[in-house]
Amino acid sequence: MIRPAAPVELKVGQVSKQVKQLDRVIIRFAGDSGDGMQLTGDRFTSESAVFGNDLMTLPNFPAEIRAPAGTMAGVSSFQVHFADHDILTAGDAPDVLVAMNPAALRANLADLPKGATVIVDTHDFTKRNLEKAGYTANPLDSLGDAAPGHPMADFNVHTVDLTGMTVEAVKEYGLSRKDAARAKNMFALGLLSWMYGRPTEGTEAFLSKRFAKVPDIRDANITAFKTGWNFGETTEAFAVQYEIKPAEMTAGTYRNITGNLALSYGLVAAGVQSGLPVFLGSYPITPASDILHELSKHKSFGVTTLQAEDEIAGVGAAIGASFAGSLGVTTTSGPGIALKSEAIGLAVMTELPLLVIDVQRGGPSTGLPTKTEQADLLQAMFGRNGEAPVPIVAPQSPGDCFTAAVEAARIAITYRTPVMLLSDGYLANGSEPWKIPEVADLPVIDPDFATATNHGEGDDAEFWPYLRDADTLARPWAIPGTAGLEHRIGGLEKGEGHGNISYDPANHDFMVRTRAAKVARIADSLPPLEVDDPSGEAKVLVLGWGSTYGPIGAACRRVRRAGYHVAQTHLRHLNPFPKDLGEILARYDKVMVPEMNLGQLALLLRGTYLVDAVGFNQVNGMPIKAADLAEAVGTLVAEAEGIDLDPAVFSHPTTAPADHEEAPR
Amino acid sequence: MSTSTDLGVPAMRSGTESVPTVDPDAPAQTGKEFTSDQEVRWCPGCGDYAVLKAVQSFLPDLGLRRENIVFVSGIGCSSRFPYYLDTYGMHSIHGRAPSIATGIATAREDLNVWVVTGDGDALSIGGNHLIHALRRNVNMTILLFNNRIYGLTKGQYSPTSEAGKITKSTPMGSLDHPFNPVSLALGAEASFVARTIDSDRKHLTAVLAAAAAHRGTSLVEIYQNCPIFNDGAFDAIKDRDTKENALIPLVHGQPVTYGVPDDEGNPTKGVIRDPGTGGVKAVDLADLTGPEADHQAALDQLIVHDAHNPDPSVAFAISRLTDSGYLNTSPIGIFRQVERPTYDDQARAQINSSREAAPGTPTDRLTTLINGTDTWTVV
Repeated sequence: MIRPAAPVELKVGQVSKQVKQLDRVIIRFAGDSGDGMQLTGDRFTSESAVFGNDLMTLPNFPAEIRAPAGTMAGVSSFQVHFADHDILTAGDAPDVLVAMNPAALRANLADLPKGATVIVDTHDFTKRNLEKAGYTANPLDSLGDAAPGHPMADFNVHTVDLTGMTVEAVKEYGLSRKDAARAKNMFALGLLSWMYGRPTEGTEAFLSKRFAKVPDIRDANITAFKTGWNFGETTEAFAVQYEIKPAEMTAGTYRNITGNLALSYGLVAAGVQSGLPVFLGSYPITPASDILHELSKHKSFGVTTLQAEDEIAGVGAAIGASFAGSLGVTTTSGPGIALKSEAIGLAVMTELPLLVIDVQRGGPSTGLPTKTEQADLLQAMFGRNGEAPVPIVAPQSPGDCFTAAVEAARIAITYRTPVMLLSDGYLANGSEPWKIPEVADLPVIDPDFATATNHGEGDDAEFWPYLRDADTLARPWAIPGTAGLEHRIGGLEKGEGHGNISYDPANHDFMVRTRAAKVARIADSLPPLEVDDPSGEAKVLVLGWGSTYGPIGAACRRVRRAGYHVAQTHLRHLNPFPKDLGEILARYDKVMVPEMNLGQLALLLRGTYLVDAVGFNQVNGMPIKAADLAEAVGTLVAEAEGIDLDPAVFSHPTTAPADHEEAPR
Repeated sequence: MSTSTDLGVPAMRSGTESVPTVDPDAPAQTGKEFTSDQEVRWCPGCGDYAVLKAVQSFLPDLGLRRENIVFVSGIGCSSRFPYYLDTYGMHSIHGRAPSIATGIATAREDLNVWVVTGDGDALSIGGNHLIHALRRNVNMTILLFNNRIYGLTKGQYSPTSEAGKITKSTPMGSLDHPFNPVSLALGAEASFVARTIDSDRKHLTAVLAAAAAHRGTSLVEIYQNCPIFNDGAFDAIKDRDTKENALIPLVHGQPVTYGVPDDEGNPTKGVIRDPGTGGVKAVDLADLTGPEADHQAALDQLIVHDAHNPDPSVAFAISRLTDSGYLNTSPIGIFRQVERPTYDDQARAQINSSREAAPGTPTDRLTTLINGTDTWTVV
């Protein structure tokens, strides 16, 4: 719920408007797939970012490019949570729903809390469209005397003919009715921008650039946007304007960024910081394709992108490029990892640097292409034949994808190994303000190519490709073109040191253990795990990985606000685990592991540390809701503390402020 | 003394143009230098030995620096090849060698890249990579050892085995219709397609030289005998008594003729267009000479081989003269060699022009990139 402050009377034009202070708002824009809801959400987000709010976004769209218009299957939405303080999630439930048609209303209504504001474009509420959405009666009928049981009874509903007003506003540009109506999303954006006092210059500049080649479309969109703003300012239908002050953030320069963009920049940065050309071999797949698109723009950094004939060729080309001295990268989602498995095993055996980016989506098989999930952890860990250890890193927020990519490259290059980076659909498409790092602060990665023979002297001097570094156990990386270091590698077992084919049983046993030991050694280079345990009295530790960072943080804040102790820590490295993880787990009576899978990290923790990890598992394609998790964490805390309490205190706070995502105290 | 067969194909922009060469004043490289210290472990009598020997003696002729040569293979008997050459090499996974080689060749202009593969590796499990490598035209040479059988897995039929073949996995005869690798490559619009034979060192070497010199993906099918699981598969084209009527040598610019020579040393068979099918057919020249027995008149009716024809249709038609069952007839030589921009040259050109157009150091440009255009500063 929105926390209202004392209303301030303000005269705007002829209409008297209140300005209310809010600390945070969650808005969801919903419409047909062709209605431009993602763009509308993106623009609102950019305006909010520039304004200085903290924010998180959750785009949600169907896998079909254009599902039949007006149907529930075709509804696309974009949720943005923005606040005057540090927030961690895109929000559990929208305070405001903008619904562009009956299907969008029906598909999203159940997510709204009581008292939420609903702004509906009435234009498409025709008999036919209502039927398409599955309504037998128009939910907007008899709103004035909405009785209990009326579908809209619990909400503050604004019915506006957005489409009609848009068409009217842009008629001077002589567009077809269809083209004119398409600007309705900009009308809606203008209205919402007025309601929340968003800056408008960015959107006007954006529209000018985007439609530069079609002046009448450009002018129509800008006009619709401005008309929407003016409508809010002048109509009596909207009596209140809201103010959400900029959030206090650490000093620095910020931008808004999505996970896929941050990940792409991280890969470019890894190339610059290692001095290696980046070579991406990739096959298009949702939700990873944007990384391929983005990297294709950065040829000036020496980035080569090969859109391969299939997933296997993508990773194959990346391995070839790594052999030749590039930083080989392949990007995909879960189904693609399944196809690449054998080749990743080859990279394990040949001990070549390789980045494997898995932007996880709902599975198995084709699963839920546009929805998020974390169910590829065990595939990343074990999804190959033989003992084939692969280091795994995971980003925890959209902006963090940058840092995770650079870290993955550091490990791959330093230890001559494929590294799996597990992002997911929520991180990939979601966005947040990102404090832009100083390039000078980024790690420098030394490829340390072999340049000389390393075994024997004089005429007997030879290059042994499997003679390892004593500290890291990494083998030398000698690239073609280096005279005297000619050698052959491959998927057959290698003899330790000389690297020739070896079927010797003792050697195989030694090599299997050595490859495992090399990956385990990576832990020597990891910083201690940071545990957030403000009181130091917590008996319960909540441990997560990847994109659950936000919901876990928000849930822990709630539990603490209710007066209870809980500790939180989050894993960047899933393989190897940080060296102090076992000791940290042992410090707590209970360990809860929230995951968007059926308990994959919990299984690894149980197997590794014999810890009785408790899962909180959700696989519905959406991020975990902070309220649900808070209730589960609170229940576990109560159990650990031996107290009796109503867990609803965590999920439905009754004490003011009735905020469900507090700033940390 | 000529060490190679004249195939009549003039040089275009060389496939090895950007690869560093050896010092001309240094002693000539020898085949021994290209021979690794690893024991060769093919079966006695395997055709792979002959190809290995030919490649080891041919590589020094390229005059390239040994460290700039890379051999990549997949899985199968022939894919052990890279271990026996003292160059850079990778013995990779089944069917994927063309994709790995694509990465190597695209990443590095200064490398001379070879793929060694077999009929199972290239045409079955790796068929997709093969056709896409050919379509893309990455600068590399693919040596496809075709023994028409699976050897390493001990004798199952392969995608080039004749229909009806009795093998361990097909006791009642194989039901699969075979691929003709040359037809397949031409269908994929490969820019260089050739066929040669393990036992004809001279022809093999000539084809290798032309393939290496070609800029783009060169596909060389090498008929190779497996003495254990498919012995005699190529006897008809190798046997002294039958080969002249079995092999149809293709020489660019020459009429396509073959057959046991007549008393005057003239070929007795040739290939003409077949208006009935739109393809080509082999005929006895005697049927073309007319009542005057005019040999030249017969030659004039034959197809003149044009490897540089941008349209692959005629080359495809010629490739169809290959028997799909037991091999009694097969054209050999260079079916097609056309100049087409290579994927890797163009990919590097895009990168180079983008680099030249971008001012500043990589660090400065990275700063600009990650900052983007919409930022705000918190103090």
